Amino acid sequence: MTKTIDEINQKIKQGQAVVVTAAEIIEIAKQEGVKKAAERVDVVTTGTFGPMCSSGAYFNIGHAKPRIKLGGGKAYLNDVPAYAAFAAADLFIGANALPDDDPRNRNHPGDFNYGGGHVIEELAAGHDIRLTASAYGTDCYPRKKLETWINIKDLNEAVLFNMRNAYQNYNVAVNTTDKTIYTYMGVLKPRLGSAGYSSAGQLSPLMNDPCYKTIGIGTRIFLGGGIGYVAWPGTQFNPGAPRTENGVPREGAATLCVIGDLKQMSSRYLVGTSMLGYGCSLTVGIGVPIPILNEEILRYTTVTDAEILAPIIDYGTSYPNRIPESLGEVSYAELRSGKIKVQGKSVPTASLSSYPRALEIANTLKEWIKNGKFLLTDPVAPLPGPDSGVKFKPLNERPLGEV
Amino acid sequence: MSEKEKTKKNVVKRVVLHFPKRVVDEPILFRLIKDFNLEFNILKASITPEAEGLMVVELKGEQSNYDQGVQYLTNSGVRIQALSQDVTRNEDRCTSCGACVTVCPAGAFTSEPGTMVVRFNSKKCVVCGLCIKACPPRAMELHF
Repeated sequence: MTKTIDEINQKIKQGQAVVVTAAEIIEIAKQEGVKKAAERVDVVTTGTFGPMCSSGAYFNIGHAKPRIKLGGGKAYLNDVPAYAAFAAADLFIGANALPDDDPRNRNHPGDFNYGGGHVIEELAAGHDIRLTASAYGTDCYPRKKLETWINIKDLNEAVLFNMRNAYQNYNVAVNTTDKTIYTYMGVLKPRLGSAGYSSAGQLSPLMNDPCYKTIGIGTRIFLGGGIGYVAWPGTQFNPGAPRTENGVPREGAATLCVIGDLKQMSSRYLVGTSMLGYGCSLTVGIGVPIPILNEEILRYTTVTDAEILAPIIDYGTSYPNRIPESLGEVSYAELRSGKIKVQGKSVPTASLSSYPRALEIANTLKEWIKNGKFLLTDPVAPLPGPDSGVKFKPLNERPLGEV
Repeated sequence: MSEKEKTKKNVVKRVVLHFPKRVVDEPILFRLIKDFNLEFNILKASITPEAEGLMVVELKGEQSNYDQGVQYLTNSGVRIQALSQDVTRNEDRCTSCGACVTVCPAGAFTSEPGTMVVRFNSKKCVVCGLCIKACPPRAMELHF
């Protein structure tokens, strides 16, 4: 049995497509068998909702009168610095940007209450944002100062562009030292007092298409409550990571670079995030539809939390020093039970990504497709597969004194 | 239960005490033990000689003693507030991630098995404030 994306889209247009979530397909395949389920089900929807630090947004503010050239100058949005290194009216803001006067970790652990991620959330929510900018002035762009409110509805374009989102799998973070540590995986209590993890597991997009048979460049997705696209492999793309028999990576692996119109997105799925002692970020909601083109693709979507393993990494010692050492492996079913065993000790677990909201995204995408509002796309080009030889390299430092 | 039995009944209450500047120097808690036979357990305290003081305590004793003790505190100028109102969750900001679950020393947060929806049981909250800054979307709010 094989289907094409065109055939599935025809069914979607007629309102006849059978669409289920990655959570529902597990039981369906168990009841009906993979063969029958693959014939009957057309699309499996996935979802994830977690802090994704390599996120950002660019926009065009329109030209001031008299004109000002922001490029090469300085620009701030609600006191958070934006990247002003393009032409006159384009700005980019990254999720981790912080106001110049934020004390950061000088008073450890720093609060990081407001940063680039919060600006992006406020933009999406339709709030006015205070833009202050300075420039050097030219004959054609004479102005040197600009202070104004801006609002997303007045911007020419506002685009969410995230260079690394939707990590296929991730570390489980613990702390073996005697001090509490403050990490991007949350507050980690000393002496294996807690464990942080972050994945939607069986619901997560790349867990349901672990070898990238359907997700590729150009895939249309749910992004931040609106419609977006996979633009490119995400940074730190590492398809050669070790995998289990069912093809699921046992660590980081693939990521997605995504893009979409920020104007149609919602602050429910783009949430400014503060990691105590670490920094600001943006929690992003992403949902990817998996077209059930054949039995193999369906089989991948039946993966369960019990079958997905993640490495336990010590963020107190080995992680900061880039020592490739794992304290063992644990499944997402164990992580979600609230306790895992590490070095014989029972360790309570905390999630950084929201499973309930990931499910909400998978269900929303399911409704969009069922109502004919969202059609599937054939990728324009594939993502590098497990055998592509693409590798995530560490930085090889070359001291500046040497030639 | 008769009125008399009611007043004999033991109560355990968690309250927030706000001390205005003028009473910070007085040995108020000592009087609570000595004159009203109330046990107290300090859950959180921040008093400076210059500013208003704040103390979160668990008071335990007979109802009649508790009532008289509260009366004494009020007469001394101490403002009393029920504890459970003091840490609240902004439901619009909470995403049910679960970062708070291991941070809370009192087990006030739980991830519901299956749905993973995070529940906040304010009755268990001891107002330590650890969740406030550990919450990534800053959904937990401290009200004094």
